[in-house]
Amino acid sequence: MIAHVHHENINYLKASKGLKNWLVTVDHKRIGMMYLASILCFFIAGGTFAGLFRFELWSPLKEFLTPDQYNQFFTLHGVIMVFLVVVPGIPAALGNFILPIQIGAKDLAFPKLNLTSLYLYWIGAAIALYSIVAGHADQGWTMYAPYSLSRNPAVLWMMIAAFILGFSSILTGLNFIVTMHNMRAPGMTWYRMPLFLWAMYATGIMQIFATPVLAITLLLLLMENFFGIGIFDPALGGDPLLMQHFFWFYSHPAVYIIVVPGFGIASEVIACFSKKDIFGYRFVAYSSVAIAIIGFVVWGHHMFVAGQSELADSIFSFLTFFTAVPSAIKVFNWTATLYKGSIELRTPMLYALQFLFNFTIGGLTGIILAILSVDIHLHDTYFVVSHFHYVAMGSTMIAFIAGIHYWWPKMTGKMYNETVGQIAAILVFIGFNVTFFVQLIMGSQGSPRRYYHYMDQFQIHHQISTIGFVILASGLFLALGNLIASFFNKSVAPANPWGAKTLEWQTDSPPPLYNFKETPVVTHGPYAFETEKA
Amino acid sequence: MDNSKTFWLPEKASTFVDTVDPAFNLYLWISIFFFGLIIILITVFTVKYLRRRPDQLATAQITHNLTLELSWTIIPLIIVMGLFFLGMKGFLHMRVAPAGYMQVNVKAQKWSWGFEYPSGAINDTLVVPVNTPVKLAMTSRDVLHSFFIPAFRTKADVIPNRYHALWFQATRTGVFPVQCTQYCGTNHSYMLTAVKVMEPEAYEEWLANASDPGKGKTPAQFGEVLYQKRGCNACHSVDGSKAVGPSWKGLFGRQENTSAGSVMVDEAYIRESMLQPAAKVVTGFQPVMPTFQGVLSDREVVAIIEYIKTLK
Repeated sequence: MIAHVHHENINYLKASKGLKNWLVTVDHKRIGMMYLASILCFFIAGGTFAGLFRFELWSPLKEFLTPDQYNQFFTLHGVIMVFLVVVPGIPAALGNFILPIQIGAKDLAFPKLNLTSLYLYWIGAAIALYSIVAGHADQGWTMYAPYSLSRNPAVLWMMIAAFILGFSSILTGLNFIVTMHNMRAPGMTWYRMPLFLWAMYATGIMQIFATPVLAITLLLLLMENFFGIGIFDPALGGDPLLMQHFFWFYSHPAVYIIVVPGFGIASEVIACFSKKDIFGYRFVAYSSVAIAIIGFVVWGHHMFVAGQSELADSIFSFLTFFTAVPSAIKVFNWTATLYKGSIELRTPMLYALQFLFNFTIGGLTGIILAILSVDIHLHDTYFVVSHFHYVAMGSTMIAFIAGIHYWWPKMTGKMYNETVGQIAAILVFIGFNVTFFVQLIMGSQGSPRRYYHYMDQFQIHHQISTIGFVILASGLFLALGNLIASFFNKSVAPANPWGAKTLEWQTDSPPPLYNFKETPVVTHGPYAFETEKA
Repeated sequence: MDNSKTFWLPEKASTFVDTVDPAFNLYLWISIFFFGLIIILITVFTVKYLRRRPDQLATAQITHNLTLELSWTIIPLIIVMGLFFLGMKGFLHMRVAPAGYMQVNVKAQKWSWGFEYPSGAINDTLVVPVNTPVKLAMTSRDVLHSFFIPAFRTKADVIPNRYHALWFQATRTGVFPVQCTQYCGTNHSYMLTAVKVMEPEAYEEWLANASDPGKGKTPAQFGEVLYQKRGCNACHSVDGSKAVGPSWKGLFGRQENTSAGSVMVDEAYIRESMLQPAAKVVTGFQPVMPTFQGVLSDREVVAIIEYIKTLK
């Protein structure tokens, strides 16, 4: 019995040893760590392909890739980054690890289902890579018909991969929602939940409701492929626009599945390093939910030049503008949180502030794309590429990196070198903005995306962008090296190195197997910091 | 009026410039204002409230302020509603061609554009008169394409089995680039053409000549014209260099290995390759050529064959 008690209190990394014990674990922390490692590997792979085609674009002529190779590489970059990195990213890696601890639970509601979702992710990833490599897929991550249909069987395998990854996503979302409804510690009311959890809740809703549409699309594709029923393929009398509707009905909410978890991390980090309650907690919480709901009815804004009716275009434009409002609320609330705080510019905070900078640009460049007349000009140019990267990379991935640095001491029990972390954060900020800001100008000047060959006038833009990529990549590798180096650091991280108030910091670093030695009782909100006496 | 490009937007050459550019510029200033506001506030707060000693706490625990929060909900809402109406008004103007327009049919295929005039003229660049509304009825022979004229601020996807329309009115003469903006495979980024805007008299003269392109020419000369106008040049070189398809130089009379065995390149084989391109594909090339059945007349097929014969 004594041994058993001891076993429960030992930290989760030491609770059992060996690869096998990791592969069959149902511990949410280990599953989260395995997700994190997998996602970071794919992030490096996706980034490598981006680097290769950025160097190819150094001049409008051939550098070292043929047009077909260039097309395959941007497809590899897009598919890997979207389906294997940013969509699962924050929820699967950090959400898995942090969510149960933040509500004071021992694990998620369905630990075995959680492990199943990890295996589905691995299977889906393997099939996606197979389809890309064996099928020479070059249809872009958007897979528009009928071009994509001519790339059989690559597109079918890719849809099957997206289908399996979709189930991984649905199971994670379901698990999170059930856990938050049923397993909160005594005293953890909804409005005492950290904002990261509100973001996870909103993401869960979108994962559950949007992802099944991918499955429907696959089913229709299979029927078209095997029974010759014309659904998407114009050669069979199908409608290629229908496929775009289905694709964006999933993929637009997916953009919010990508960015809403980033909002959650930004809220945690900004509150913690300002030592202040988040300004307007309820507005920030509700705005995540509002974005999740509005996100379902705006998919048509991807199709303003695609041949929709003018009425549909106008309605989708009108609805799209409403997504601007909750996004604006959040930006103002985060800014106001800084007011009269006690701000400490540690590595996670540097990333959170650059998140705020990038997301403001990402949001503002999104609004202009909703203005119908202007979108006609900007559609399918580098302006859209840049806008999307300001959101997916500049906001989501930066928030993800902020979260990794913020929770690293908790997850690993190790502290990284703070100075190196800060230098890396500054390099990433400069590199990212040099890479992508110039693409806004190139796009509004009329340079189309997915172009191997381009007009001479855009060479300078491409070269600046490529130089930015080099700075960005060196910052990211420095950050990664710094994190890995922390494993060789002998000292153990304290339980609460940042002086944060949320529950995960009230247990050991790394946490014991069942997270808490005793079930915590919550008596205050997540950001109840003390203030100076006036 | 200054028609040259600005820092953000390309050169100006259509009436849509008056719709798109003011909306873009208005929004640019709104963005600069809000972006500047946020960045200044973040910078000021970060500097002013930076932790100076390790145990320093926040000076006040401000949790919310309803007036402030409602104001930054309602003000953005009013601004975006204004932007919506501004955008929709311009958009409806851009989508509905005025009465009395001149129509040109556009056929897109991997990786070339074809423009067909009511008079029967066919060309690989779009030639239009200045200050006249022009409507394009566009369709694709294979996959999705998109027709984009940056200087005119307009674009529309080109879809197989369907006509998608686009109209514009050019405001000055000149040559303006056209690009395909919907990804369509290997040579997507080479699927370029141009709009040539002419004075009405020059346009009429061009149209009269273009309506009978074979007039006064030998079949081989006519074939050379068709090589450009029908977009053959997008995939076939005439100087022996390898492109998407085999070069035409020295092609006639050669023995080729194809997907259906060895073939002697003669009149019959070239004709078959134009009308049923997938039947005998030369080894080392992809079967990507669209059929020209129903596109090329018999006279044009003969002219192209004669032209290939001259390329020794």
